Amino acid sequence: MLARLSLNDGTWGERALRYGLLSAGACFAVLFLLLPLLVVFIEAFSQGLALYIVSISDEEALSAIRLTLVAAFFAVFFNLIFGVAAAWLIARFTFRGRKLLLTLIDTPLAVSPVIAGLIFVLLYGARGPLAPALDALGIKVIFTIGGIVVTTMFVTIPYIARELIPFMMEQGSVEEEAALTLGAKGHQVFRFVTLPNIKWALLYGVILCNSRAMGEFGAVSVVSGHIRGETNTVPLHIEILYNEYKFAAAFAVSSLLALLALGTLLLKAVLERGGHNGLK
Amino acid sequence: MNARHKQGRILPGFNITFGITVLYLSLMVILPLSMIVLHLASGDTQAALTSLISPRVLHALRLSFSLSLVAAFTNVIFGLLLAWILVRYRFPGRRLIDGVVDLPFALPTAVAGIALTTLYAPNGWLGSLLSLWGIKAAFTPLGIYVALIFVGLPFVVRSVQPVLEDFDSEVEEASLSLGAGRVRTFFAVILPVLWPSLLAGFSMAFARGLGEYGSVVFISGNMPMKTEIVPLLIMNRLEQFDYMGATSLGLLMLVVSFALMFVANVLQARLGERAAGVR
Repeated sequence: MLARLSLNDGTWGERALRYGLLSAGACFAVLFLLLPLLVVFIEAFSQGLALYIVSISDEEALSAIRLTLVAAFFAVFFNLIFGVAAAWLIARFTFRGRKLLLTLIDTPLAVSPVIAGLIFVLLYGARGPLAPALDALGIKVIFTIGGIVVTTMFVTIPYIARELIPFMMEQGSVEEEAALTLGAKGHQVFRFVTLPNIKWALLYGVILCNSRAMGEFGAVSVVSGHIRGETNTVPLHIEILYNEYKFAAAFAVSSLLALLALGTLLLKAVLERGGHNGLK
Repeated sequence: MNARHKQGRILPGFNITFGITVLYLSLMVILPLSMIVLHLASGDTQAALTSLISPRVLHALRLSFSLSLVAAFTNVIFGLLLAWILVRYRFPGRRLIDGVVDLPFALPTAVAGIALTTLYAPNGWLGSLLSLWGIKAAFTPLGIYVALIFVGLPFVVRSVQPVLEDFDSEVEEASLSLGAGRVRTFFAVILPVLWPSLLAGFSMAFARGLGEYGSVVFISGNMPMKTEIVPLLIMNRLEQFDYMGATSLGLLMLVVSFALMFVANVLQARLGERAAGVR
């Protein structure tokens, strides 16, 4: 590997080129990455700390936060079970249809959020195929918490599975096979051999899934019906505040999600560095 | 078909994990997605599909495709630049930039949307600068372009970065020592190795741009025939309970984004083969 050049090595022309590229890249990063992040926090406190605290703790904000936590909980819970099962299946066995399953797991990433919402409106909506059955049971899905939960589950399907699959494939199954030959039962192998090995990848997958679940906007917007205090998640609450020209309040609530995003990025950096130190 | 492999399986849990995975994917992915086709087939399919040929739809399609394309292309150039400086140079703030490259993945789209709108509004930090030259960004196609650059950037950086890190620099040094200039070395030696990852990043950024809603909805202003892109039009039709219209547009967009995902996957697989062949 080429030794990484110190910035001041080489001829005058090479140095000029290096500094030129560096400043162009840095400008672009500041303009497109740092400024949007910075503006969230500056606008959040633009009307003072008192308004900030009121904005994130009034009744509508709290009910939005509650609903977001509920949706994220279900999304993480089901996708965790699914993700671990799918990763075990795909990383530990070869079978026909394996590639197809991998593609299906990735599918929600290729679907526009608006279309993700649309398909659940079509499935569970008043004119959908499940409508007679749901009516008979007295269950409403669309424009209720149920619709928000199901849609959030859909958009977050890939995150845990996609973290685990490459990781488990790289690790191989030697240790698990050894445990089996030593007489361990299947669930013991998973608990005492697999789980300790994958825990960091699993944790990162859960954080990613949670972060995406809490931030989902387009898909949830389609199925929620925007009923205040009932079917408003945090991103939908931000939209309402913003459209009512309550900018400082909108950014105050946004700052909560921005902090969540920063926490996710920080954890990623920590886990990646840990990986170099043999943590993985 | 499973029995054929069965004797080779030592580890337990095939049946149960297979059951969970297939059941979950059927209920949560296949069934909901098939609703697009089922719904179109259940109504007046022809009318729904011909409704795609209206001036408003065609304008939205043209705007969506052209802006996503130009934004993805911009991201190829600046994504390559960012990946290049992150891999090749050591400078203060490198870790920070490397970390925030993923910000567009992590930041909820609604937050990104209002942040970008505030920055580029006529009285915003960047909008007021631009207005000195008479340029309007917010509520124009330029604003949509900016938002699409934001959401697509990490795809290019993160697909190019690992290839650049693994790049065998002996070839590069050989080219330099044989008298080729830096520029010629870049185009003749480095770029041919990078292009599959650039193209994969490009198609992912392009697909993401076509479907993007949250970060665009605020900055675009949603004016039909002016700044209305396809996801906004689908949303508009849903709000008017025009499910056939929304679904026919949805089908069109799904086909396009699956095609793009397929291209990206094929390219990445080829990338993997090449990397495996080198080692």
